[in-house]
Amino acid sequence: MNKIIKNEMKLEFLSKSNNESFARIAVACFASQIDPTIEEVADIKTSVSEAVTNAIIHAYPNGEGIVKVVAKLYEDEIEIEISDTGIGISDIEEAKEPLYTTKSGLERSGMGFTIMESFMDSLKVESIVGLGTKISMRKKIKNKEVSLSSSTYEIK
Amino acid sequence: MNVKHYVEDKVIVFEITEDLDHHVTEKIRRRADYEIQRFMPKRVILDFNRVVFMDSAGIGLVIGRYKTTCCYGGKLEIANVSTKLRRIFEMSGILKIIPIISSDKEAVNE
Ligand SMILES: Nc1ncnc2c1ncn2[C@@H]1O[C@H](COP(=O)(O)OP(=O)(O)O)[C@@H](O)[C@H]1O
Ligand SMILES: [Mg+2]
Repeated sequence: MNKIIKNEMKLEFLSKSNNESFARIAVACFASQIDPTIEEVADIKTSVSEAVTNAIIHAYPNGEGIVKVVAKLYEDEIEIEISDTGIGISDIEEAKEPLYTTKSGLERSGMGFTIMESFMDSLKVESIVGLGTKISMRKKIKNKEVSLSSSTYEIK
Repeated sequence: MNVKHYVEDKVIVFEITEDLDHHVTEKIRRRADYEIQRFMPKRVILDFNRVVFMDSAGIGLVIGRYKTTCCYGGKLEIANVSTKLRRIFEMSGILKIIPIISSDKEAVNE
């Protein structure tokens, strides 16, 4: 099935922690074009925050690198890709386990992937050690009744 | 973050006033641990009333303060947790050991 892209955006920024709020707010604002509910926006914000934070704290242990965010809007769905060119993940299944973290000293909880999985409809993790990691997430936007019913209102 | 000390009761309330992500929790944990080490409170309350956004960094923040508080002989509680935040805390299982109270007002005689 080929779905029509309504809009697309791309962001690139340095892996600095003060970009965490910038990235999730930018994606949330962009997503508002397809009328998500407040709950859907909250889920998207949390998931973007998790993936971007991972790229910032795990991908580049020896300095700074670039974090890339791409968001695509469809009629009833948002697709988000967050990628880095950092150290990569050797065992993806293990990394996705709840409570698994390699940075317990930083007070990481190991719940990032678990949150992304439960807040989004799908999550794909691709990673090559030494080359980087790409997270792809999708979420259906169900808040279509409002626009449908308003367009079928009788004009008096 | 606003910090309230109730000296007689040996209670500290940390009222968090920002969105909680990894960037922000780094600052909060340093300030909170400093206060806990200095006052050695019997009770520490983390008040989430003004927290609109939180990701998994919030879980780490709570577990970390639980450890520091216990270390100095106190008990940690969390207050005013919205359903959105509660969902995130529930996933991690920390609510089995850390009680949620509804308001810091009911807990502390002001
Ligand atoms: N972009 C990334 N680059 C390298 N390693 C990563 C990346 N994202 C996640 N990881 C690895 O996966 C683990 C689990 O991630 P997560 O579930 O978000 O927990 P946390 O961030 O709390 O450690 C991390 O501890 C890290 O080892
Ligand atoms: Mg994480």
